[in-house]
Amino acid sequence: MAQIEIKNVAKRFGTYQALHDINLTIQDQEFMVLLGASGCGKTTLLRIIAGLETATTGEVWIGGRRVDDLAPKDRGIAMVFQNYAVFPHLTVFENIGFGLRMQKLPNDEVKDRVERTAELMHIEQLLKRYSGELSGGQRQRVAVARALAMEPDVILMDEPLSNLDALLRMEMRAELKGVLAASNTTAIYVTHDQVEAMSMADRISVMHQGEIVQAASPIEVYRNPAAEFVAGFIGNPPMNFLPAAPAGDGKWSVAGQVVDGPSSGKPLKFAIRPEDMRPADTGLTATAKVVEPLGAHLLITCEVQGSMFRAVLDSDMSVKPGDQLTLAPQPDRMRWFDPDTTLAVA
Amino acid sequence: MNARLLPYVLILPVTLFLCLFFLYPFVLVSKQAFSTGAGFTLDNFREVTGYWKFPITMRNTLLLAAAVVPIQLALALLMATMVNRMKKGRDLVLYVWTIPLGISDLAAGIIWLAIFEQSGFLNSMMNGLGIVDKPVNLLTFQNPGIVFLAIMLAEIWRATAIMLVILVAGIGLIPKEYYEAAEVFGASPWKRFLRITLPLLRPSLQTALVLRVILAFEIFAVVAALGGTLFPVLMGETYAYQFDLLNSGAAAALALIILAISIAFTLIILRVLRVPKGATI
Ligand SMILES: Nc1ncnc2c1ncn2[C@@H]1O[C@H](COP(=O)(O)OP(=O)(O)OP(=O)(O)O)[C@@H](O)[C@H]1O
Ligand SMILES: [Mg+2]
Repeated sequence: MAQIEIKNVAKRFGTYQALHDINLTIQDQEFMVLLGASGCGKTTLLRIIAGLETATTGEVWIGGRRVDDLAPKDRGIAMVFQNYAVFPHLTVFENIGFGLRMQKLPNDEVKDRVERTAELMHIEQLLKRYSGELSGGQRQRVAVARALAMEPDVILMDEPLSNLDALLRMEMRAELKGVLAASNTTAIYVTHDQVEAMSMADRISVMHQGEIVQAASPIEVYRNPAAEFVAGFIGNPPMNFLPAAPAGDGKWSVAGQVVDGPSSGKPLKFAIRPEDMRPADTGLTATAKVVEPLGAHLLITCEVQGSMFRAVLDSDMSVKPGDQLTLAPQPDRMRWFDPDTTLAVA
Repeated sequence: MNARLLPYVLILPVTLFLCLFFLYPFVLVSKQAFSTGAGFTLDNFREVTGYWKFPITMRNTLLLAAAVVPIQLALALLMATMVNRMKKGRDLVLYVWTIPLGISDLAAGIIWLAIFEQSGFLNSMMNGLGIVDKPVNLLTFQNPGIVFLAIMLAEIWRATAIMLVILVAGIGLIPKEYYEAAEVFGASPWKRFLRITLPLLRPSLQTALVLRVILAFEIFAVVAALGGTLFPVLMGETYAYQFDLLNSGAAAALALIILAISIAFTLIILRVLRVPKGATI
């Protein structure tokens, strides 16, 4: 049982506020992904949970115990460091077995567990090597294996697959997810790769400038972004935004088109995903600027009343730059944001 | 300039300098050691090793090194670890601790003589406290233990800092992420010292130990000041051959013996503390 609760955690480095009042509960055995741009405080939060950094204010609870005053080794965690921290003076075998040796496990159990995890990470043929003789991706897998071998209650992973090639990454992603699910481990997984986040997470916490903007299931984060930042960050290409003026009675005027929306008196931002646009007889008038065939789809970058706008259309459409298109937004996929608070409006 | 030649051209002045002032005298000394006027001979070596004092000086020198170097190593490691943990005042502490480095070995010997001699600080203190009723001469042949201890203390005081500065620099090079990883994976502070600091410090330990051991075999002035003839060491004998007995052939032979011992220990240290290929930071 290892539920993690982060209560009002803030972190300040000198005058720089790296984390603002973070509140987050990660359920027992949940796979939580922290997603955010570089420098938003993902590593800092992870290090606070691990006990390598002390929060300026706030509390961290793991498995019903307040752990702020516990040493890292007493928190029941294992960690994969962003910069690997694979010990250079130990072989791969001894690196993976480091934590087990510290627990004074018998030799044959260490050997057994090291070999099992090494196999899982496809590094069983490297066990005798030193870290100086490994590639970045191999070193990274040693770091993951070292954490997995501990069979911890909680595993903290800081971009553990960032250095692998696309194919290996996909494979490792699946294996890691499988192993963690089978072992009842609670996982916090940091990444700035949204595909990774989407495919692995039970829930995603989107971080922005030291705050958690939204913590929800991948599909919820994708479909119903809680804030403009999330809408613009998640999805490739991200959501489109257009200014919307109230036309009374829950009607909104967007780029000269009237659509249904929330009942609010002040101007909002209209948002829609590129793949939620359909060619139609009535709709937004767009001028195609760039057409990129992506195989199954066409990515069209166009202009709608002076704003940049992207649409993903079926690839059997023939569109050339300069063409006029009429695109209709799918009504149930339209989202609205308050330009002042940047939060979603229902 | 040809890029492949450039490095060699750049080290040429130093190489010439060393050849002129080290290699050339070394060749001369060797020639002296292996000759008594006519042709090659080992007579000089037979003479110095056959002398009754030789085993004693050899034993004294090795004993002193064996007693002093491990203590200095432990102290230097402890001090380096402490300095490394400090946030404020680190540089100040380091300067204070390295002050003895700026003092010549003879001066260091005299400082400790001022403590131990009959009219010295130690005697005045013991006298004042009533431990002894009149100042006693501690550094005599009746007290070989005290003589040895005084020399040890002086050496430790004088030459620990040389190891300290090397180890402080070495510890500073160990990335802190390794300590964090070890901490997360359950290593206590002592275990972190044993399993992370020591192995990653091997290159610095090599340098510090080699330097220190060589200096220990060359000990001379401190012993001369504190022990005089009570505690003969190899370097003192070399001096005596050269300047008292005016036998430069024997002095050269003894100097070469000291060099051989130093090289042997250097090789042992390098071997024991070697870092396997691929295992460097
Ligand atoms: N020890 C420190 N002292 C001062 N500032 C720090 C320290 N550690 C982190 N920061 C700052 O805190 C902010 C968050 O850093 P953090 O390492 O948590 O980012 P991150 O989200 O992990 O980024 P990335 O994706 O690049 O790894 C950054 O602006 C960083 O400069
Ligand atoms: Mg980071």
